[in-house]
Amino acid sequence: MSKSAIQIETRGLNVSFHNSPVLKDINIEIPAKQLTAIIGPSGCGKTTLLKSFNRLLEIQEDVKISGEIIVDGKDIMTSGLNVPDIRKKMGLISQKPYPLPMSIFENVAYGLRIHHGKNPKKVEEGVHHCLQEVGLWNEVKDRLHDPASRLSVGQQQRLCLARAIAVKPEVILCDEPTSALDPIAAQQIERLLLKLKKDFTVILVTHTLRQAKRVADYVIFLYFGMVVEHGLADQVFNDPKSPEMKAYLSGEIS
Amino acid sequence: MHINKASAVVKKKSFLSALLILILSILSLFVLKDIALALILLFVAVALIAVNFLIISRRLFDVLGTRFMLIVVLFVLALFFLLIIVLLNGSGILLEHQSIGDLLFSSAWKPFSNHFGLFAVIIDTLIVTAISMVIAVPISLLTAVYITEYAPTRLRNMIRPFIDVLAGVPSVVFGLCALLVFIPVVRDYIAPFFGVVTSSGFCLFTASLILSIMVFPIIISLCVESFSSIPLALKEASLSVGATKWETVKKVIFRASGPGVLSAIFLGFGRAFGETIAVSMVIGNQELIPRTLFGSGQTLASLIANNYTEVASIPLLASALIFVALILFVVVLIFNICGFLVLRRASKRWKY
Repeated sequence: MSKSAIQIETRGLNVSFHNSPVLKDINIEIPAKQLTAIIGPSGCGKTTLLKSFNRLLEIQEDVKISGEIIVDGKDIMTSGLNVPDIRKKMGLISQKPYPLPMSIFENVAYGLRIHHGKNPKKVEEGVHHCLQEVGLWNEVKDRLHDPASRLSVGQQQRLCLARAIAVKPEVILCDEPTSALDPIAAQQIERLLLKLKKDFTVILVTHTLRQAKRVADYVIFLYFGMVVEHGLADQVFNDPKSPEMKAYLSGEIS
Repeated sequence: MHINKASAVVKKKSFLSALLILILSILSLFVLKDIALALILLFVAVALIAVNFLIISRRLFDVLGTRFMLIVVLFVLALFFLLIIVLLNGSGILLEHQSIGDLLFSSAWKPFSNHFGLFAVIIDTLIVTAISMVIAVPISLLTAVYITEYAPTRLRNMIRPFIDVLAGVPSVVFGLCALLVFIPVVRDYIAPFFGVVTSSGFCLFTASLILSIMVFPIIISLCVESFSSIPLALKEASLSVGATKWETVKKVIFRASGPGVLSAIFLGFGRAFGETIAVSMVIGNQELIPRTLFGSGQTLASLIANNYTEVASIPLLASALIFVALILFVVVLIFNICGFLVLRRASKRWKY
């Protein structure tokens, strides 16, 4: 890879659920402050790979993980690390937005209070800043204390984004964040992700090839739990090496 | 058309065989003189005809079924109002004799001189219910959280059936255990520890204790149900901003399952409030407000249980007991309505 800094590197990462392997020997490098898209057919392990980066897999049952995941030069799989600190570095945006069962304000303030103190003024400033960053402030400034569930799905997804960036992560993990949204809301999220990659490393799992083509700088193609092809977006999309990637691009498999 | 024809043939054939079996049955009765065989054959014949009828008149049964269910629903609703009418009607006799204010705010329960004051019993009921809920709710909630969030899967699967069985144990069993175990413990250790040396052990505290134990499995079971229905993604959302597990439980899981937890508590309250036999076995059955929790008392429900045998000999007692039943009914009704309203508000507010 080029000279740009590496945010996450995996070495020999294997994951299995109930003794059936989901990810097999994953060795990848994800560049910092860029948008990396993880693409591939359904059930090939995209989400699993994404959630292994912030150690969210282990809350599920019967998961076995081996290998190294190196973030900032340290293996986060080492035992004895403070897991919440690792997760704090990586915000997660899920497929369907899940606002926490509290008000719009509290949703963003939740992480702020945990990590940056409870000073009401600072919390308020932080919430304001994050909501503005995701373009939600003008829409919700008059009803900050309404339940977050009253927002539209698109607004909820942006709220989740605000909640994630509130704790100042280094990486934003997005698990098909636009799949539940209408085209306009989806476009808003896409634009936001492009804007946010200036300050954050964005990793985007996506099911739509066109979305990956629109936004990705770097692409990882997964197929049945293995990395078949990865590299700069231009290179992967315009000059695929593997037959699987060619088939995927031509629409033979999806 | 074709299917109809086919089913008509089937109908004819099975009808004929039913007829044949019927004849066999009659033969076995008169010729073989074997009543058992005859009955079995008769049963088979009737079953055949019934099944036949079912197959042919599916539509008829569908219509009948719909109507029938409506009738059942109406019947259940009618039962509700019937109960109110019976209770109101039954307490009418007492109300002619004594005013409601006197009934509710006088402490003297003297059935032999036809004076019925329920104040002490009402207060005892409130105390016992409140203490049992104060003991039961926090412990049950923590247990439920442990089972759903912390316990390893195998342990969880092992614990759950036990708790469900516990919820179904007849209350008299709990009462008996309390009689044998709690009474001496409260008398000899707990009451003296709080400076009451004269306690017999038959007291409000023992009753609260056994009620809280009876309420545990209900609240735990329902809370486990509602905690485990929280989507994984919601927990992930909280964890991925760097919240610890306990922060997630406290701020997200409790809230998200708020409506479920509330209805569990309401249900537990209903059980504690109305529990009869276990309470009457350990509370001491005195219609007065004891000076400490270690003195005897009486709850509304145990009052009925302890007095119903005297109904024949004291004319107004029956009416008085019905009035007590009316109070129980109304309180449970009000509590359910409040619960419903709170629940509706909560599930709107705490939706995820």
